[in-house]
Amino acid sequence: MNSSFANIKAIVKRELVSYFASPVAYVFLVIFLLLTGFFTFTVGNFFERGEANLSAFFAWHPWLYLVLVPAVGMRVWSEERRAGTMELLLTMPVNPWEAILAKFLASWIFLGIALALTFPIAVTANVLGDPDNGQILAGYFGSLFLSGAYLAITCMTSAMTRNQVISFILSVVLCLFLILAGFNPVTDMLTRWANPAVVEIVAAFSVVTHFDGFQKGVIDTRDLFFFLSVIGFALFATSVIIRNHRAG
Amino acid sequence: MIRIANLTKSFGLKTAVNDLSFEVQRGEVLGFLGPNGAGKSTTMRMITGFLPPTAGSITVGGHDVVESPLEAKRLIGYLPENAASYPDMSVHGFLAFAAELRGLAGAAKKKAVARVVDLCFLESVLYQQIDTLSKGYKHRTCLAQALIHDPEVLIMDEPTDGLDPNQKHEVRNLIREMGRTKAVIFSTHILEEVDAACSRAIIIDRGRIVANGTPEELKAMSELAGAVTLGVEGTAPQPVAERLAALPAVARVEPLANGMLRSYPKDKLASAELARSIMELAARETWKVAALRTEEGHLDEVFRRITLPDTIKQQRT
Repeated sequence: MNSSFANIKAIVKRELVSYFASPVAYVFLVIFLLLTGFFTFTVGNFFERGEANLSAFFAWHPWLYLVLVPAVGMRVWSEERRAGTMELLLTMPVNPWEAILAKFLASWIFLGIALALTFPIAVTANVLGDPDNGQILAGYFGSLFLSGAYLAITCMTSAMTRNQVISFILSVVLCLFLILAGFNPVTDMLTRWANPAVVEIVAAFSVVTHFDGFQKGVIDTRDLFFFLSVIGFALFATSVIIRNHRAG
Repeated sequence: MIRIANLTKSFGLKTAVNDLSFEVQRGEVLGFLGPNGAGKSTTMRMITGFLPPTAGSITVGGHDVVESPLEAKRLIGYLPENAASYPDMSVHGFLAFAAELRGLAGAAKKKAVARVVDLCFLESVLYQQIDTLSKGYKHRTCLAQALIHDPEVLIMDEPTDGLDPNQKHEVRNLIREMGRTKAVIFSTHILEEVDAACSRAIIIDRGRIVANGTPEELKAMSELAGAVTLGVEGTAPQPVAERLAALPAVARVEPLANGMLRSYPKDKLASAELARSIMELAARETWKVAALRTEEGHLDEVFRRITLPDTIKQQRT
């Protein structure tokens, strides 16, 4: 178990170092921060709302992450396959699940850093009004899990192909499905020709439904369980894909 | 150290490796030869645990590669084909990463990195990013990674591919050096490397072993092996050839383009006798002998003969 931890640590460190060794990481951070700012203040009318909360900020996250998380995660495995380093990594005395988990964690930490850098928005709300900081914290927490779920899906699609573009498109489509299943216009349309129980089941698969609670400041174990099971399932699927790829 | 029994690998309908069995002991350098697509890389990928075999078993140092992969992998140092490495890392970072995955930390890690940097002459590029390096340096970086934990088993897929002659020479010396204490398998399609570095060679073709022996034994399979080439001055080649052909040990005489005559022995094992009888004949006839040598046989001739498609078909039917 000790060696598992050491292996995971080594791979996480390597991934993070290589993220920050390339300009892509900084470009991503800047774009992410610009877009969150733009959506919160300009499109979300943060000031005009006159509310001391960050709902104008968090409401955009499922959509922002839809493009940005696949952009971060698309290279995770496809690049290893393309460069042939997967062979190197998997012939080291490392369990495949250690490598899969470590690579996921590294990218998640990177997304966490990007999210943490949005702290001026929380500060702004605190300067201008008197928001419920517990609610804000819950929102950040939910946003982190939301990005984790998208990321795990992207890891899975990334393991399927050596082409990063295909990996990107596949993960955007899958994540879009997870949004749309609970997106109001879609659920409204569904209610017209399906019975409410079915609509509810479909909506239960949506990240939007489960992210809502966090935004309101409620950390529900069911929502947490949902995100963790999406992550767990996608990473398990990643391991199956990698094993099948090697089995030929 | 390495024992391979009835190893088979199929990709869909295509059988890449077909019922391969061989062993490599400590202190042995096994050259793995074969035309492109013969199954060399696939075999090595199975030994290193990257690809699972379809059938058969592989044990490395007593550990079954499929049953207890981690124990087996710990013993192995592997240089993959094309010497893949992380292009966005520095040489030092990459080697430190490899050392960490090999369970080395702190002072032991530093020592291991310093040792391979020295061994593979990487001092001058230690803090350069790998994708800015020349091919030779990239290759040596990956080789250094394979040696970082001083493995008991070393597996190298075309270790000299893309290197300049000096670097090739260095890598061959290194392989020979490693072969004294480790079990080494390396693949190549450069036949002179077999002579330069191997203690034994296996030729595989279409996933099967078609020859297995020391370089000398393989060369002896050559038609040329044991033939005696004679150069005579001042006498026309034709009568000399007739006299040679009349010798009891000579099977046939072939005139060469440069005027020399090559006599093939009836019995390959008696090539010394052939040389002696030709020398005696030359003395009796008072020929002015300019050159007389016994041929060793060429590996590439053996290689071509046993891996040519038509020959194989004939052998199989």
